[in-house]
Amino acid sequence: MPLVDLIGIHKSFGTNPVLRGIDLSVHEGQVVALIGRSGSGKSTLLRTINGLEHIDDGVISVDGEKIDARDTDLRALRLKVGMVFQQFNLFPHLTAAENVMLAPKVVKKAPQAELRALAVEMLEKVGLGDRLDHYPDQLSGGQQQRVAIARSLAMRPRVLLCDEVTSALDPELVAEVLAVVRKLADDGMTLIMVTHEMRFAREVCDQLVFMHQGRIHESGPPEQVFSAPQTEELRQFLGGIG
Amino acid sequence: MVEFAFSDIVWNLLLALRWTALLSVVAFIGGGAVGLLVLLARLSSRRWLRRLTRGYIEVFQGTPLLMQLFLTFFGLSLVGLDVPAWLAAGLALTLFTSAFLAEIWRGCVEAVPRGQWEASSSLALTYLEQMRWVILPQALRLAVAPTIGFSVQVVKGTAVTSIIGFVELTKAGTMITNATFQPFLVYGLVALFYFLLCFPLSLCAKSLERKFHAAR
Amino acid sequence: MAYQFDFSSLSGYGDLLAKGAGLTVSLTVVGGLAGVAIGIAGAWARSRPVPVLAPVVAAYVEVIRNTPFLVQLFFLFFGLPALGIKLGEFQAAALAMVVNLGAYSTEIIRAGVQSIPRGQIEAAMSLAMTPLQIFRHVVLIPALKKIWPALSSQVVIVMLGSSVCSQIAAEELTFAANFIQSRNFRAFEVYFVVTALYLALSILLRWLLSRLGQALFERRRHG
Repeated sequence: MPLVDLIGIHKSFGTNPVLRGIDLSVHEGQVVALIGRSGSGKSTLLRTINGLEHIDDGVISVDGEKIDARDTDLRALRLKVGMVFQQFNLFPHLTAAENVMLAPKVVKKAPQAELRALAVEMLEKVGLGDRLDHYPDQLSGGQQQRVAIARSLAMRPRVLLCDEVTSALDPELVAEVLAVVRKLADDGMTLIMVTHEMRFAREVCDQLVFMHQGRIHESGPPEQVFSAPQTEELRQFLGGIG
Repeated sequence: MVEFAFSDIVWNLLLALRWTALLSVVAFIGGGAVGLLVLLARLSSRRWLRRLTRGYIEVFQGTPLLMQLFLTFFGLSLVGLDVPAWLAAGLALTLFTSAFLAEIWRGCVEAVPRGQWEASSSLALTYLEQMRWVILPQALRLAVAPTIGFSVQVVKGTAVTSIIGFVELTKAGTMITNATFQPFLVYGLVALFYFLLCFPLSLCAKSLERKFHAAR
Repeated sequence: MAYQFDFSSLSGYGDLLAKGAGLTVSLTVVGGLAGVAIGIAGAWARSRPVPVLAPVVAAYVEVIRNTPFLVQLFFLFFGLPALGIKLGEFQAAALAMVVNLGAYSTEIIRAGVQSIPRGQIEAAMSLAMTPLQIFRHVVLIPALKKIWPALSSQVVIVMLGSSVCSQIAAEELTFAANFIQSRNFRAFEVYFVVTALYLALSILLRWLLSRLGQALFERRRHG
């Protein structure tokens, strides 16, 4: 049984349909990249998986937790799904360690004694064991994004969503963040990412999903998608990004 | 006619200044507490509550403070209370302050970037947890400068309470003027005392605002 | 003891209320126009490194912003005659409103002026425009457009503040209310109705100012 199962997901912004019936299954330990042009619906799709976008129709299930268009209590879903944002969205009034500890403290009511150890463990995992008490504005963009990853991991999610996690970074800072994501993949974390880093996607992912006009147009293992695209749209997309 | 030396005028105004200061502090603290409740209602997920508080704010921001004072004063006496001027003054100014502070603070809450809501949602925080741990701490920092700035309006607002007979700085000025026939001097001094009270607050608000903008 | 509200006791005073409201509006129009004019001049003065003028304007702004309008009004009406300047009630009230709004709008418009990107001014300088030409043609309109909402709010605040002009017997709306309640002894009803009138006036004024802003600053369409 797949860890993440999306069935018939529909979503419109006003009269403009952005997701027109998405079916997608992701198994435990899989690494999936959503690719496609801007406006193809890939970011919106990613955001529906932890309820940041309300869906008009369909069912989302993650590790047995089912959500449909009528549900408003998304807490159970969000406990299983972590998210890393393009703009990091660290809490600026909290240190790196406090950013990591906040949700375990408030949501999971973890005991004070364990919290600090958790923060150390998670920040060391992203290579920032020496930055615990720094505030976000004292960190580089790459470091901030790694703290954001640590913050999500601290909730021990079953699946981690990454929404263009390197797009807001200066070129020289991209590699350190990708290295962290790669290590998560190697450790068996289930990952669903929206990315423009095609080389990275090719090396790390098990499956590429090409989205076009709100639908999954084509998908498959990276070698197949890159070397033998089946449709004209995918060929154009891959040609366009060189 | 009583002879007033310059020092007598200053001394009597200073005595009255205490009431201006006290009323300002009471209205500011009371208004802050009520304002916080109004703010929470204004941000509530219940539509009727949002509308109600919007109306509340609209009324206090859309009518003269003097009318609010009169209505409080005469309204309280309608329900059979013998209302001393200080009570009506304190109550009306508290409500007035609460409406303005709630609106200022709402602006600060809305100035917290949307990404902060999204990030805390994705970590499974509830609305109240988001408010308590993520949004309000940031909004609070944004709010310090305009809140202090508004305290100047509260201090100046207390002058209007002289009209319902509360003897604070302005009323004392009028009374001393009537006794000394030196309006130029007395009202000049009254203005000076208000200035000494308000200007440091204005400076403080301005420097905090600058500091905040520099920090961004 | 239950109080019986009696709004009918207000009938017969409609003309008086209308006259009072009319005076409130007149005061607001005079105060608004002259006050904003002073604000524009003040913002211009503060934008220039003129030795005496800029600090004088700054002091004016701070004094007015840090003292109550009521005290400013009393100072002008009761205090100035000591210097041989005698003002009528309406004149004193109007002057106080102009002086008050002038200070606030100086500060508001100055903030708008400061928000104009430096590059705009440099571009105009490179076209050999004089400082006054630059202010008039390049800076002022976008600055006003930017701060129009803040300026509109301040005009409404000044209109509501004019209610204390009743204290020097300027016969505006609050004065009318005071007069009526001294006749019919129905203070609460009178002030309730007059408060509603003020609320209506402020909603109307805000609407008018926003329409005016649209008319002034809307992009001219070609063709």
